[in-house]
Amino acid sequence: MTTAATVHEGTDSPYALSHLDALESEAVHIFREVAGEFERPVILFSGGKDSIVMLHLALKAFAPAAIPFTLLHVDTGHNFTEVLEYRDRVVAAHGLRLHVASVQDYIDRGVLRERPDGTRNPLQTVPLTEAIQEHRFDAVFGGGRRDEEKARAKERVFSLRDEFSQWDPRRQRPELWQLYNGRHAPGEHVRVFPLSNWTELDVWQYIEREKIELPEIYFAHEREVFQRSGMWLTAGAWGGPKESESVETRLVRYRTVGDMSCTGAVDSDATTLDAVITEIAASRLTERGATRADDKMSEAAMEDRKREGYF
Amino acid sequence: MTTRDIQLAEQLSATTLLRFATAGSVDDGKSTLVGRLLHDSKSILTDQLEAVEHASRSRGQETPDLALLTDGLRAEREQGITIDVAYRYFATPRRRFILADTPGHVQYTRNMVTGASTAELAVVLVDARNGVVEQTRRHAAVAALLRVPHVVLAVNKMDLVDYAEPVFAAIAEEFTAYAASLGVPEITAIPISALAGDNVVDPSANMDWYGGPTVLEHLETVPVSHDLTGCHARLPVQYVIRPQTAEHPDYRGYAGQIAAGTFRVGEQVTVLPAGRTSKIAGIDLLGQSVDIAWTPQSVTLLLEDDIDISRGDLIVPSGDAPATTQDVEATVCHVADQPLAVGQRVLLKHTTRTVKAIVKEIPSRLTLDDLSQHPNPGQLVANDIGRVKIRTAEPLALDSYADSRRTGSFLLIDPADGTTLAAGMAGDSFTATAEAVQVTDDEGWDF
Repeated sequence: MTTAATVHEGTDSPYALSHLDALESEAVHIFREVAGEFERPVILFSGGKDSIVMLHLALKAFAPAAIPFTLLHVDTGHNFTEVLEYRDRVVAAHGLRLHVASVQDYIDRGVLRERPDGTRNPLQTVPLTEAIQEHRFDAVFGGGRRDEEKARAKERVFSLRDEFSQWDPRRQRPELWQLYNGRHAPGEHVRVFPLSNWTELDVWQYIEREKIELPEIYFAHEREVFQRSGMWLTAGAWGGPKESESVETRLVRYRTVGDMSCTGAVDSDATTLDAVITEIAASRLTERGATRADDKMSEAAMEDRKREGYF
Repeated sequence: MTTRDIQLAEQLSATTLLRFATAGSVDDGKSTLVGRLLHDSKSILTDQLEAVEHASRSRGQETPDLALLTDGLRAEREQGITIDVAYRYFATPRRRFILADTPGHVQYTRNMVTGASTAELAVVLVDARNGVVEQTRRHAAVAALLRVPHVVLAVNKMDLVDYAEPVFAAIAEEFTAYAASLGVPEITAIPISALAGDNVVDPSANMDWYGGPTVLEHLETVPVSHDLTGCHARLPVQYVIRPQTAEHPDYRGYAGQIAAGTFRVGEQVTVLPAGRTSKIAGIDLLGQSVDIAWTPQSVTLLLEDDIDISRGDLIVPSGDAPATTQDVEATVCHVADQPLAVGQRVLLKHTTRTVKAIVKEIPSRLTLDDLSQHPNPGQLVANDIGRVKIRTAEPLALDSYADSRRTGSFLLIDPADGTTLAAGMAGDSFTATAEAVQVTDDEGWDF
């Protein structure tokens, strides 16, 4: 038998955990707290790297038993095929149960209307909150990280949402030690962010350490893209390019995975995890700054969406 | 390899994680210090800086306002003040950092408590022109109450006092004496100018009389985990793992994060509060079998005997069990807008156990400025710190907060609406108590 945690020399005691071990241990603690205190938790799973890491941590937290949570995917209708295939493969491999809330259904029923800019990201809020109410989920895990965005930096690990799923940043519960307060009234729920303290680089280093498989679009590949608002968007049936925009084939990869209408690709020749990690460590742009159009709408775009129930 | 490649390789090899909190009054330059740390350690990325420059320009400011980096809420930007704790992340070749950036306003003392509760180090900022003021004493007292292991006194704005050593020396001496009287174990005083960049990341050419580390150098080298050999081992049971599958028909594991100390296979353990004993048959560290595990690892313990154990129980070495009690004496920091009164029914959350409780007595309320005690205040309101006596419906295995921040801390929760009312620390408030003045009136209380 051996100990798995890395022991470090130098100024720290031999009992100091490596930063990845410390973050992993904290996230597992959060998953187990929710399993112990809530009736109907669900993991938001998009097939993106953060939710993939979240699922991997949940699997470790309850091994050798199955995870006591179901999954929920809010499908914008503009998702990458590779990501949806990955999602279904993972769900099948671990015998999980997946709920899908579809933005397209809401548009087809006339409940939601397509935005003039074609972006469907903000439209996810209604299907998400209605799915939470319908299934009476009382804890909803999200892969949000505080390093992503300045409004997210203010988010608690356990974030109470009212019966309308609203976030009120000025009325958040203080969060002390590792004593998470998940009490809520019927109809209310708690959003839980086990990756709160992880950075983009931590996520990638953990993926490498744990040898976690990802959808291929995270690695450099040739793709037909066109430029809009300074971003390389994937051409496709979702509505791009317009007549004035021209398609070209470029060597690109994705840093985030979201709705095709607002998630940009970055020029890259990183085809391996090592190369991706080196590229991210050297990048002078944040993940969302490089690839998310919806955050650029206004200075408080994320805060405003979160107030309405976005994750 | 280019210099940039070497920097990258170093950054990727950064190993340990340090959680620290900053505290300082409104105009002490806290945002500037945070901005300087992030900027000079190259942790601000181009698009963030552009966003700040753009926002500053649209507000009519000529230079980028670095506070806009950390003030993430609409209301904070509108008012130009920090309301809530924000967490920042940065890395150097030596270490990763999680910074709890806490507000300086008196009315947000509870948020400093939030930031300090998980911090291993607190940076207390002082304006060199003003020296140690009321707010400095409050911050030192909060750090001492929360038992933050390391405290840094950053004497800022040294550029405005001609980088004079005697100014720094006098402030450092006064602060160190005060903090030592509260039992703060380690104080490092550093003269800085956050605005000019002296001794924040780079050593100052203006203060050759100072031979100590810069703020960042200190953050990089301070030890993050203390020696565990003297700690009482504690595992609060979070969840019982029972796969009940063909492959694992009899697996029954007690999952939790080790709150203190170390556990070994073969060790005799006791389960509290019931007091049953068994022996550790195995330890699973997230799917891998190990023979020793320590705090703060999340593990699953397997015991030799099938005994009744559930969430909320505490597993401890049989020779080192805390006493269980239904009468808790503690210091609490009141964090809610609604008050906490004598006779009030509350819930008490300690580790993974939540029990009903009643506030029997509030013997005193503490004034952080001079550490004087106001006897029998009747109730505590937002930002108050006071002593309480609580009777719980079930016995708790509570350590003294001085021995264990994790198993000596608890929350008081309003059973009606779930509000977190107070942060509790069991046992005595300060390790070394200064001469506390007993006063009976309410004059001078300004929380």
